[in-house]
Amino acid sequence: MNINLTLIGQSITFAVFVWFCYAYIWPPLVNALSERKKKIADGLAAAERGQHEQELAEKKAAERLKDAKGQASDIIAQAQKRASEIVDEAKDDARTEAERIKAGADAEIEQEINRAREHLRKEVVVLAISGAEKILKKEVNKDAHASSLDELAGQL
Amino acid sequence: MAEEALTAGQYIKHHLQNMTYGQHADGTWGLAHSAEEAKEMGFMSINVDTMFWSILLGVLFLWIFRRAAKNATADTPSGLQNFIEMIIEFVDGSVKGAFNGRNAIVAPMALTIFVWVFLINFMDLIPVDWLPGSVAWMASTFFGADPHHVYFKVVPSTDPNATFGMALAVFMLTIYYSFKIKGVKGFAGELTLHPFSSSNNVLQLIFIPINFLLEFVALVAKPLSLSLRLYGNMFAGEMIFILIAIMYGGGWALGIFGGFLHLGWAIFHILIITLQAYIFMTLTIVYMDLAHQVPEEH
Repeated sequence: MNINLTLIGQSITFAVFVWFCYAYIWPPLVNALSERKKKIADGLAAAERGQHEQELAEKKAAERLKDAKGQASDIIAQAQKRASEIVDEAKDDARTEAERIKAGADAEIEQEINRAREHLRKEVVVLAISGAEKILKKEVNKDAHASSLDELAGQL
Repeated sequence: MAEEALTAGQYIKHHLQNMTYGQHADGTWGLAHSAEEAKEMGFMSINVDTMFWSILLGVLFLWIFRRAAKNATADTPSGLQNFIEMIIEFVDGSVKGAFNGRNAIVAPMALTIFVWVFLINFMDLIPVDWLPGSVAWMASTFFGADPHHVYFKVVPSTDPNATFGMALAVFMLTIYYSFKIKGVKGFAGELTLHPFSSSNNVLQLIFIPINFLLEFVALVAKPLSLSLRLYGNMFAGEMIFILIAIMYGGGWALGIFGGFLHLGWAIFHILIITLQAYIFMTLTIVYMDLAHQVPEEH
């Protein structure tokens, strides 16, 4: 327990150790630590950025999906509209065609009627003339009475 | 474990004596064979055991940390590297928390103190007779020395020389930086113009010696308290280990009881050796911080 040269020796030893630590141990370790700290911070920032980007991408994808759905329903609505239009057009076409056919048929019938009526009229005239001849027992001068005959035929 | 030839008192004394190398009274150089001889050698002698262990442990510390420093990269650390970096971060945090000046030497010094003092204190946990017993056995076997006169103290921090030596180095640094940062005038002013000051010149002149006395005591108390705190704690701890070790010689019942005591005290001592290393480091940082404080204007 005597104070002796050990005191000085310890001081010198201590100083040498501190110097060695100061020169060769502390700087590389602290540098590595701060470098790693920076690296980790960068990594975390990158991760956060990545997450943010992913969120953005998801949002964008959802938007696109929504757009696509909207467009699809638009297209379907248009198609339905167009289909009903086509059906309507077809109906209209059919109706006009039917009316046209009917009109044609009506005209033909009219013609037939007229023709039959004409024919009938002529027959009636002949019949009437022959009937009148029989009643009068004399020949009717067709030439003399042509005008009255025509008038008669016209009345029929 | 106390040898039959030794009484308990002799056993304790034997354990408390350093292996001292110096000049004998008859003029020859050699190891002291008794406490009296060691005392007679005076200042011009050296405690071989203290120097050996402190240098060995210091070199161990530097070697391990140097290896870690060489391997240090910004990549993922592993194992020992991680542990070393944890210590570095801890010390760095302590320095940043307590030291406000700008001085690159403070943090490495704090690290050196913390790890070195811890390793030195750790020697206290090695059973008190192992190393001294081995050295005594080797000395008697290979050199024919009387084992009772071979002294060997394993824990350098139970030698006041070691703790005073460290505290002295720290003290010198604080003085050096006090002069460097504050200037001669600033430092002198700090020592003489506090705590009493007066605008009256005559009164101030009276105050100066009083202030100086107070401040000088405070200044010198710093290294003293720094070293005595460590020394006292470690010495007391060592003493308790020695007392417990004596119980091993007192029959098997006392021996088993001593074993439990030994275990308990050793576990508790783990806390003390770490705490003392931490306190030594923190106080050094604080003293360095005080040395770096620029004086306020009065």
